[in-house]
Amino acid sequence: MGDALFRFATAGSVDDGKSTLVGRLLHDSKAILADQLESVARTSAERGFGGEPGAIDFALLTDGLRAEREQGITIDVAYRYFSTGRRSFILADCPGHVQYTRNMVTGATTADAVVVLVDARNGVLEQTRRHLAVVALLRVPHVIIAVNKIDLLGYSQQAYDTVAADVAALARELGLADTHVIPVSALAGDNIVDRSANTPWYDGPSLLELLETLPSLDELETEFEALRFPVQLVVRPQGALAHDVDDTESFRDYRAFAGRISSGTVRVGDRVQVFPGGATTTVTGIDAGPDSVDEASAPRSVSLRLADQLDAARGAVIVAEGALPEPRRELDASVFWLGAAPLRPGARVLVKSGTTTVQALVPEIVGRRDLDSLELEPAQLLEINDIGQVRVRLSADLPVEEYVAHRRAGAFLVIDPQSGATLAAGIVTAPVTPTTGHAGSSTRTTTDTEGVAA
Amino acid sequence: MSETQLSWVEERAQRASRNPIAQGLGFRDGASAPPQPAEARETGIDALDALESEAIHIIREVVAEFERPVLLFSGGKDSVLVLHLAAKAFWPGRVPFPVLHVDTGHNFPEVIDFRDRTVERLGLRLEVASVQDYLDDGRLQERADGTRNPLQTQPLLDAIAAGKHDAVFGGARRDEDKARAKERILSLRDEFGQWDPRNQRPELWDLYNGRHTVGQHVRAFPISNWTELDVWRYIEREGIELPPLYYAHEREVYRRDGMWRAISEVSPARVDEVVERRTVRYRTVGDMSCTGAVESHAASVADVVAEVATSTLTERGATRADDRISEAAMEDRKKDGYF
Repeated sequence: MGDALFRFATAGSVDDGKSTLVGRLLHDSKAILADQLESVARTSAERGFGGEPGAIDFALLTDGLRAEREQGITIDVAYRYFSTGRRSFILADCPGHVQYTRNMVTGATTADAVVVLVDARNGVLEQTRRHLAVVALLRVPHVIIAVNKIDLLGYSQQAYDTVAADVAALARELGLADTHVIPVSALAGDNIVDRSANTPWYDGPSLLELLETLPSLDELETEFEALRFPVQLVVRPQGALAHDVDDTESFRDYRAFAGRISSGTVRVGDRVQVFPGGATTTVTGIDAGPDSVDEASAPRSVSLRLADQLDAARGAVIVAEGALPEPRRELDASVFWLGAAPLRPGARVLVKSGTTTVQALVPEIVGRRDLDSLELEPAQLLEINDIGQVRVRLSADLPVEEYVAHRRAGAFLVIDPQSGATLAAGIVTAPVTPTTGHAGSSTRTTTDTEGVAA
Repeated sequence: MSETQLSWVEERAQRASRNPIAQGLGFRDGASAPPQPAEARETGIDALDALESEAIHIIREVVAEFERPVLLFSGGKDSVLVLHLAAKAFWPGRVPFPVLHVDTGHNFPEVIDFRDRTVERLGLRLEVASVQDYLDDGRLQERADGTRNPLQTQPLLDAIAAGKHDAVFGGARRDEDKARAKERILSLRDEFGQWDPRNQRPELWDLYNGRHTVGQHVRAFPISNWTELDVWRYIEREGIELPPLYYAHEREVYRRDGMWRAISEVSPARVDEVVERRTVRYRTVGDMSCTGAVESHAASVADVVAEVATSTLTERGATRADDRISEAAMEDRKKDGYF
């Protein structure tokens, strides 16, 4: 068995040095090859980067679009790849600029961890709060705050402690999961790959050490471990068999349900139920291409053979016996609005959940989250980059769960039925009512217990 | 871990149960809120397994949601890999879509031979978009530098329209190039095939939005997240056959732009270039007129895996003349409808 995959995203405000950090991580973990380095060094010299000869502008490694290099900002998520002896990493380098916040959501939905950069001189900014709110909403398992440019403050422990205390307060407000704070200098390389001698007062791991050891989403114990298998399509070759099938006779009536296990483990002989309807049957075979296996776990793509001929197609979900989801026609949901046009009550949209897309109506906007106070306020509409709470009425039953209990069953897309554009990232929540009668900043929550209960 | 950090970890379960804002964001109570970090379980799934399952999931989503998908198939290792994954995704059935080759006329003969044998073996339908046809009737003109790679775009778009293909699979990988690093797994193209990098659909979780309007199509890249080394390790693990020029062989070559170029009718040496016999292999396979070989003695898959793992040059930097034109060469071609 080889090394495991770990996905993380980076986020930060403009000028926090995010691209430099990513470049440094890639460079110091030896993921940058000679021809790339040479090209970057040449461009750095042409543009007169830094004072010293041979200084490298690491941001040039990651900003892939012409407009990004010209404006010195990151517009879109760039994916980078590197591996150490222990793990293969997929890095989603996300834009920090406010108008591109939606791309940060793209990077964070698949992330096992998010690295948020904070400039040690500026501390926690509005954009940091916004990023951490997104991370909390999307329940990224681990948050790493990289307190950058600590070298410019003479490696001051006090500067680090101030940021760490602010982050701690914010993490409490947001209910952030697992939070780590590391003092770094992306430019100088402190605490990126190796622990730095310049910060003797910090006894924690370097950034790379942390990334190598934090458990990934799939490695984490979750509450919801029962089998859940959304059917993508039915494999039924009916005589049109692949070239390498020798025993054509025994495959004449082959019929299997193809999909990706979204949670739990399936074993041959397991009793399972099928949504919709709840019919019960037995798993008679698990195929991974031409290989038959005895068991398979999330997130494997397999095909399941069942004992009974069931009327199941794309959109059906095969679950462990007794774990049949409740059919839902109405949802309470948090949405991260990404569409250019605002959401208004009464909007007709499409909702895509698992392998099903249904028509839906948004009869009510319950509220919009004030990103300063982080509280829910009444709102008439949701605009781009708003996080809101809505009710959704569906045209057909969906087998969703609350996102806190099951990520893959609680996540959905909101799609524009006309243009096909993705309008929002949605997550199913418990019912929520807005906090009323307070203006945003006056009700700012400062401790666990003083918040106004919903 | 600092003391500050320790103290919040201890407080976490308590505070989640009392925190209305955390609840508003979807956390229920202390018992189910934020997962505890230290309880890793062994999934038994390594990076190659995870990448394989992701790719098969993408291929099946596209086949389920689109009417007429097609796979761009050049005989190069990345498109061979996508075809192998598609065969696994639908086994014991056949791959349920045809393959399309954009033929520049500057092909390596052994790659065309491999293409035809593969199509025959898997029982696939092959569509060919021929750049030579466009040159013959004047719809396209030969470039001064002789390379035909940029000429592929129009025949490709015409073939997509003629085949009424609403989804086009490709073997592009994000680690190949800075512009490709920005590409989505499902990438919407307008009727001119154009990529608009500043206005891409957000791609959330593993929920792919394939909605499109008449005239638009979607490019689908199932192996977006694979590196060159992942590809080779998987080829080794699965025993996938490739055209022989990926392995070390002797060839008549000459040196140009720091690369070994094969001698052929479409890529003659200039008078000042010395032709010699060298042991080389190809890391990428494109046109003979713009693909360079590297000196190598890697004659087996295992040799190639070892070589790629220790290489100090990127595959495109080492072997593609067309990507050296400018820092944004790939971005410009992609905007114009290239894949």
